[in-house]
Amino acid sequence: MSLIYLVTVGNVEEGVLDFLQLGLADAFGLRVRCLDPLPDPSYAFDPKRHQYSSVALMHELMKVCPGPDVRVLGVTERDLFIPVLSFVFGQAQLNGPLSVVSLARLHQEFYQFAADSRLLEERALKESMHELGHTFGLVHCPEKSCPMSLATNIRQLDLKRSAWCVSCEILLEEALVE
Amino acid sequence: MKSHWEILVVDDEEVMRESLAAWLKEDGYRVETAASGREAIEKSRAKDYAIYFVDLKMPGGIDGIETMMQIRKLRRDASIIIITAYATVDTAIAAMKEGAQEYIVKPCNLEEISLLVTRIIKVRTLQRENEMLKKRLRKTYSLNDIISKNPRMQEIFRLIEDVANLRSTVLIQGESGTGKELIARAIHSSSDRADQPFVGVSCAALAETLLESELFGYEKGAFTGAASQKKGKFEQADRGTIFLDEIGDISPKLQMDLLRVLQERSFYRVGGSEEIRVDVRVIAATNVNLQEAVREGRFRDDLFYRLNVINIRIPPLRERLEDIPLLARYFIERLSVEVGKDVEDISEDALQLLLTHSWPGNVRELENSIERALVTSRSRLLTRPDFSFLAKEVEDQDPFSIPAVTLQELEKQAIESAIKRTRGNIKEAAAQLGIERSTLYDKIKKYEIARS
Repeated sequence: MSLIYLVTVGNVEEGVLDFLQLGLADAFGLRVRCLDPLPDPSYAFDPKRHQYSSVALMHELMKVCPGPDVRVLGVTERDLFIPVLSFVFGQAQLNGPLSVVSLARLHQEFYQFAADSRLLEERALKESMHELGHTFGLVHCPEKSCPMSLATNIRQLDLKRSAWCVSCEILLEEALVE
Repeated sequence: MKSHWEILVVDDEEVMRESLAAWLKEDGYRVETAASGREAIEKSRAKDYAIYFVDLKMPGGIDGIETMMQIRKLRRDASIIIITAYATVDTAIAAMKEGAQEYIVKPCNLEEISLLVTRIIKVRTLQRENEMLKKRLRKTYSLNDIISKNPRMQEIFRLIEDVANLRSTVLIQGESGTGKELIARAIHSSSDRADQPFVGVSCAALAETLLESELFGYEKGAFTGAASQKKGKFEQADRGTIFLDEIGDISPKLQMDLLRVLQERSFYRVGGSEEIRVDVRVIAATNVNLQEAVREGRFRDDLFYRLNVINIRIPPLRERLEDIPLLARYFIERLSVEVGKDVEDISEDALQLLLTHSWPGNVRELENSIERALVTSRSRLLTRPDFSFLAKEVEDQDPFSIPAVTLQELEKQAIESAIKRTRGNIKEAAAQLGIERSTLYDKIKKYEIARS
């Protein structure tokens, strides 16, 4: 059976990683393991944007990917971007092994609210399901409560549930069988 | 399904190009990339994309604006989004002027780009649906370029399909310009002879001797100038269909020759002694009343019965007014391309004018009128003034002039006109004609007049 590997890129709250490990194992029905942490991604820093290139980060993840049949999810506190967009919550290779999520905009503090570690964990799980879902070939889902729906802001992410919609669940099962 | 739509991302920077392509793929689209304007133009030549994302600044001689202009030449309706890192009013104006549908400044937020793509795809989907519905509508009302929603024409369409594969002779009767040859071609192309020749002959166009050699061919030396053997139309049409137009005009001798071909399926070339056998489906057409010609002894009754195995009578355009808007729009769509005009539709008042015209030249006259209006039109909509020549023709007509027709034809026309005026009200029509209702019924039956 395929495996999902979690890898932190720079410092990440330990509680979040534990929550993700359990939550993703449940969501995908796969074993989830952790790889050795990667250092802070200073190589991906763009001084003009004060953000980190998710493309550069994915290149680093490629180096630690254990094999073609597994999935790797990088988790970072750094705010990520791709050139055309002002930010991304995460990025993934469609039908490929690599994905990454940023926790930067999942913290309540980012929006000038009091910290809420439970909410952070839930958001991190939904975003991780979304990016890993892409690695299994799932595309954006029109069902707003499905983790595979497109969230362009934090409110839309909070509207999602941490359970697949019926359609995405079937597609995921088919992808896992393959 | 988003995956029906393909998007082309054009940018010389690999990171920019591939990351946008990856994001669009995650959104469910099929995406291709091009690293230069030149590559983008080549790709667009080979395939139409729903959306083109084009970076404004690209090296190598062809920048974003130039790329967009070239793509637009190839794909008039392409949706092109120009992407730039620098927002200046000048570049924005230049991009929009050259036809960019949108202009985005990177980095833009996810919501903006997602809404933009969704909006364009929505429009493209509607355009495609519209096109599909138009095609479906055209298919419903047309058979091989014959367009009609008139019930009698629809019956003809069904009949064509029913008889297409038979070898039986068909006689098509209808006024000039009603599309008799189109019906004949429809029968041929719906039949199992479709990939064999369809040979048309206008019997009225040639003198008797010429028509004879035209139809049956001739042997070398059969007459002065017959330097070599020539196959006639019947031989050319072997295994296919021969269409004998204006059959009512042929001479008694040719009537006899034709009867022999229809009976024996064989003939002799002019000046020849060898019997030629052919497998030909004969479709004949005429705008004269053949039954009447038989009664008057101008047309052989045995030939008439041989020809009239399957009879198709095409109603004149004035009896299928409901087809005028359909036909007018069909001709606008087809002819506007031919005459190089960007006309899209016809106004309601112009259609009203077309509906009141009597169309003695039938569909052909309507087609010519649309072409004439297109040539002089200066807008994207044909309006009533574009058809002023029709109104003039109506004014020019002397209301008291009597056309050169038989008394019976005149009576038929008077009855048809009264029925039309009273919208099929027989009591009123009889009153207007000054005859009894029962007499009117008899005459309707006699002249085979439609009551609606």
